[in-house]
Amino acid sequence: MLEVKDLHASVAGKDILKGLSLHIKPGEVHAIMGPNGSGKSTLSNVLAGRDGYEITSGEALFNGVSVADMLPEERARAGIFLAFQYPVEIPGVSNMEFLKSSMEAIYTARGQEPLDAVTLLRKAREVCKLVDLDQQFLKRGVNEGFSGGEKKRNEIMQMLLLEPRLALLDETDSGLDIDALQVVAKGVNSLRSPERSIVLVTHYQRLLDYIVPDFVHVLAGGRIIKSGGKELAHELEDKGYSWLEGHDA
Amino acid sequence: MSNQAELDKLVRSEYSAGFTTSVESDTLPPGLNEGVIRFISEKKGEPDWVLEWRLAAYKKWLEMKTPTWAHIHHPPIDFNEVSYYSAPRSMADKPQSLDEVDPELLRTYEKLGIPLHEQEMLAGVAVDAVFDSVSVATTFRSKLKESGVIFCPLSEAVHEYPELIKKYLGSVVPQGDNYYAALNSAVFSDGSFVYIPKGVRCPMELSTYFRINEAKTGQFERTLIIADEGSHVSYLEGCTAPQRDENQLHAAVVELIALPGATIKYSTVQNWYPGDAEGRGGIYNFVTKRGVCHDNAKISWTQVETGSAITWKYPSVILRGDNSIGEFYSVALTRNRQQADTGTKMIHLGKNTKSTIISKGISAGRSENAYRGLVRISPRAENARNFTQCDSLLIGDQCGAHTFPYIESRNPSATLEHEATTSKVSDDQLFLCRQRGIDPEKAVSMIVNGFCKEVFKELPMEFAVEAGKLLEVSLEGSVG
Ligand SMILES: Nc1ncnc2c1ncn2[C@@H]1O[C@H](COP(=O)(O)OP(=O)(O)O)[C@@H](O)[C@H]1O
Ligand SMILES: [Mg+2]
Repeated sequence: MLEVKDLHASVAGKDILKGLSLHIKPGEVHAIMGPNGSGKSTLSNVLAGRDGYEITSGEALFNGVSVADMLPEERARAGIFLAFQYPVEIPGVSNMEFLKSSMEAIYTARGQEPLDAVTLLRKAREVCKLVDLDQQFLKRGVNEGFSGGEKKRNEIMQMLLLEPRLALLDETDSGLDIDALQVVAKGVNSLRSPERSIVLVTHYQRLLDYIVPDFVHVLAGGRIIKSGGKELAHELEDKGYSWLEGHDA
Repeated sequence: MSNQAELDKLVRSEYSAGFTTSVESDTLPPGLNEGVIRFISEKKGEPDWVLEWRLAAYKKWLEMKTPTWAHIHHPPIDFNEVSYYSAPRSMADKPQSLDEVDPELLRTYEKLGIPLHEQEMLAGVAVDAVFDSVSVATTFRSKLKESGVIFCPLSEAVHEYPELIKKYLGSVVPQGDNYYAALNSAVFSDGSFVYIPKGVRCPMELSTYFRINEAKTGQFERTLIIADEGSHVSYLEGCTAPQRDENQLHAAVVELIALPGATIKYSTVQNWYPGDAEGRGGIYNFVTKRGVCHDNAKISWTQVETGSAITWKYPSVILRGDNSIGEFYSVALTRNRQQADTGTKMIHLGKNTKSTIISKGISAGRSENAYRGLVRISPRAENARNFTQCDSLLIGDQCGAHTFPYIESRNPSATLEHEATTSKVSDDQLFLCRQRGIDPEKAVSMIVNGFCKEVFKELPMEFAVEAGKLLEVSLEGSVG
């Protein structure tokens, strides 16, 4: 699904990722943990193709194709979904209208007939329910005046509707209370399937109690310094990141 | 490709109404003098009093100077380089029905999406089609007559309803009101005349479609709408012109009279040729639009301004009567080298008068977009209220957005609220859309449409769709 090989990337001319490698197979759930500023969001943004995030060497292959050769919208249509750490507002554009444009673009690229308005609305209502978001949110402007938690749930709602192949969740858990966390986890778990891969970027191990990962990686200084199974998260919780300082994977 | 480069590409696009119609025209040679005014008046077979009125305006104009206070820049206009009258030759015999109108002219309107054959038209919209200096056709006239509504070219109204014209022409925008209004009063060509009788709700939308075709000509139409007591009318106006390298002048005057209890809703979609990416060509649009509200009357202006090299336009309302209401909803989009200085004046004279101003300016490319608005509360306007909201959206970083709000309140009981914001189509918004698979072009037009939502919802349904599309066309790229 995703093969990242010795990836170096810079943001605004500053080297952030310094030789990161990661291999994710279909059906797997990987957690990427690390201290603030270690490059977790940078990795998500590089994979999704945000302007200004440049691959300087190494490569990232999505189903065998280098993402560097794809525009952001092409990556999205190929099945890469990024749930943003800080979802932005688009005033006046209703969530529903936004979902419709997105669904049409992605379905068409997949060679699938886009959903008709009635089916889309029904599906949108279902996924809203799954993440405990009132249907009224479909009519409101994208993230317009949403609380932090509502924005995060809105991201997951979109993900559930668009059914990506590779979901990158950038600190979706931060700012959520325990109830909301469980709701989000339930949504993400419902998407787990043998053809789909999920990357959970998180600062805390708390989320991993609800979405149990197959692998845990520790990112520090732009590289993965340790990888392991789900136990690694607990170890980190007990000992802190400093435990790994200077440690190489 | 970077978002900035994408944006730059997006805001350049082709103008779809830029074709020319090849018809033989009778066009006056360029130049302005008394002889030209007499010629226009004679062509229209006007009674003497109209000619006198024109000549008086011309005298005033000669003594006036071009206004310089607007935030626009252009080389001085040589008014002797402009032709003041042009009409398709086929219109000289005054066709009595559509069958007698040159098919080439009908095709022009069809290409613009406005079929003039009644059976093909949007049901419920009557159209007056003005081509250069003359009205080509006015549809549904007889049907409107049944409810007493008069909808005809102003040149005809001068003959058929002289009392109404004498009473109201120039009553809201006097001849010497401003430089361009004076010029218009001297050389005005066709425009629409509307009269809605007492208590009548006009059974259809009325609309006028203005087309400038001939090179080097100006268009100087004049529209007069009178809504008698308790009546109601919704009027739409659209405009386009061919793509040409030289600038063309458009100086119109619109006067609205809302008698006690009447409502006039006036909507404009202005899509005159804006000039090319380097700022060559395009229409210079200097327009005076004003309405007067008597007791309990309401006038609502909605405008979507996407065209013209220069837009200088301030649709205004004089709230003369008690409890009268004035509204102004505006979207002004400028891109490339376009310049817009537009806004409104709300003049509160009566008691309990209320006005609302919602202005949305979108600037892209190297354009300049200014909102200029005056809210004046006179001493006797007890309990007057105004709400102004003025938002600017910037696309890219080479354009300019400006707001010039003027507030003059001479009555302490007035309630005035003013809100203003400036925002950018941010890289983050664009990236969110692209990350969801949406084309950058589609994304920008979606973001812009969202920004304009409050104004679009004021447009009549058919127009709202058209306006949304117009912004799409205006922003859609890849033609670069
Ligand atoms: N747009 C940007 N411009 C400049 N520096 C950036 C930008 N984005 C991230 N950085 C820097 O890159 C480093 C990694 O940031 P980030 O990937 O957001 O870390 P994390 O998500 O792990 O907290 C930080 O030092 C941060 O300041
Ligand atoms: Mg981060």
